[in-house]
Amino acid sequence: MSEVLFELRNVHKEFIKGKEKITIFDDLSLTLKKGDFIAIMGPSGSGKTTLLNMLGGVDRPTRGQILFNGGDTTRLSEGQLAQWRADHVGFIFQFYNLMSMLSAERNVELPLLLKKLSKSDRKKHVAAALALVGLQDRAGHQPKELSGGQQQRVAIARAIVTDPDILLCDEPTGDLDRNTATQIMEMLQSLNREFNKTIIMVTHDPEAAKYSRRQLHLDKGQFTDLETAA
Amino acid sequence: MSDFYLVWKNISRNKLRLILNTFAIVIAFLLFGVLGAINNAFNAGVELSADNRLVVVNKINFTQPLPISYVAKIAAVEGVKAVTHANWFGAYVEGSKVFFAGMAVDPETYLDVYADFMSVSDTHRQAWQRNRQGVLVGEKLAQTFGWKIGDRIPISSNIFSKTDGTHVWDMVVEGIFTGAEAQIDTNFLLFHYKYFIETQTFGSDWVGWMVITTDDSNLNDQVANAIDEQFANSAHETETSSEKQFNKSFLEQIGSIGFIITSVVAAAFFTLLLIVGNSMALAIRERTREIGVLKTLGFSAHHVFRLVLSESVLLAVIGGVLGLLLANMIVNGLGQVPQIKNMLPSLVLNGDILLTAFLYMVALGLVTGVIPAYRAMQLNIVEALSRK
Repeated sequence: MSEVLFELRNVHKEFIKGKEKITIFDDLSLTLKKGDFIAIMGPSGSGKTTLLNMLGGVDRPTRGQILFNGGDTTRLSEGQLAQWRADHVGFIFQFYNLMSMLSAERNVELPLLLKKLSKSDRKKHVAAALALVGLQDRAGHQPKELSGGQQQRVAIARAIVTDPDILLCDEPTGDLDRNTATQIMEMLQSLNREFNKTIIMVTHDPEAAKYSRRQLHLDKGQFTDLETAA
Repeated sequence: MSDFYLVWKNISRNKLRLILNTFAIVIAFLLFGVLGAINNAFNAGVELSADNRLVVVNKINFTQPLPISYVAKIAAVEGVKAVTHANWFGAYVEGSKVFFAGMAVDPETYLDVYADFMSVSDTHRQAWQRNRQGVLVGEKLAQTFGWKIGDRIPISSNIFSKTDGTHVWDMVVEGIFTGAEAQIDTNFLLFHYKYFIETQTFGSDWVGWMVITTDDSNLNDQVANAIDEQFANSAHETETSSEKQFNKSFLEQIGSIGFIITSVVAAAFFTLLLIVGNSMALAIRERTREIGVLKTLGFSAHHVFRLVLSESVLLAVIGGVLGLLLANMIVNGLGQVPQIKNMLPSLVLNGDILLTAFLYMVALGLVTGVIPAYRAMQLNIVEALSRK
């Protein structure tokens, strides 16, 4: 678990809001290792989601480097970055973000449209992902026919169906009740431990954060290591 | 699942919007198909005109007569290969209200001038030429009335009456002709000029118009000028033009049908652009977050552009094809109505209209979809995901 996956070097991020310049990160550096399960916590507006977006290549730092397996993702063009996300990253959102007009299995199949796979291979991958989250019997259901927990499991299946190196989760239990949140966290923990998926999760929920190997507290653009699990 | 499936799911997710948009497109292409077919039917005569055939009419207008003595004078003009003449009769079968074209012609020369236009067997030709009361009937007209060789038919005119006070010309079907090409109208009849001119009440030394063929179509202008100069400053000045030009001018007497049709279709399409364009823009705006998710999953900006543009093109093609199917049904239905069949025998939704319509469908889809597609392509993922 010692191999470096992500390395942030002197990352600076600022926004222009009206006439005001807001600095989120100033000279932030961080190293994340392969197989890690990190929970990022912190007050609202501390930059948790912005950090997650930059790691996932959906946002860019104003200055600095973000190295993934040694390669600088900030140097990639928009098209290359889209391909990089398709190849290496799985996203899980607070509100699931499933396509309402597609069934569960079609939602899971979406990222596979970007892969050169035959129809039967895509079908196998989708079945495997849905089985892994325990929803094989709900494959044909529309999102509106599923509970919040089931929808999040579909979203997890969609995130893992391409077998990405890293899962980025933005408040994955934020819209769920405690029991369902526990099931989802156990699922993420299992993906980390049994399938060696690197997981970076933003959360406000200390209970969810307990499932991580390492908790980072983000405040005023700087990290504090809170706790490292055994 | 394929991109096409995704596109279809997106346009069909809001059924009411799909139905209303499709309906608007159907109406536009229905108009395009039906009016286009009518326009083509009107112009069929123009398209089928021979290059080396000229029409000589009275300079005042084509309804005014010309002296029959002009026939021999025109035949002597250098470059003229053959001359014939004709008089409009405006026929209907006594007792019937169905009008059709009937012309009194010179049986010795008319078929030579129109040899490329109509086919008639030598037997029928000779039988018709021999019988002063003989009539040569177009195949379609013969089918309409069930006429066959030897039938005696009472033909009246909506213009002329006979010197004896009656207005029925007794004629005998001596021949049936067909069009040299499938789209040539055969819904008319030809009978002897002499039988007509000697029995009608307007005198006996005039013809309606003359038709000539030239030795070479390159001589058309020279021959036309020579004829018109010959009769300049006479009591009956002539205007000679190519058959194509004459047919076109004839149609323009009714009004510029092409212009009217183009205006109606353009108005329909302009309205359609606003309706569908606005609807597409709204549909994409509602899906901002989903587009952000697609991009997050790794769909490139160009891929998203293609998907959104495909939606508007697919919508236009669905509506357009349905519109053309309806138009085809209407055109076929109109073609069965006797009055319309007589007036527009070539009324069909042909390949040219279908091809043009298909190009319009694609253009409509591209024009209405390009702005929403561009916006979707440019959409910032972070902003899209933060949109409620």
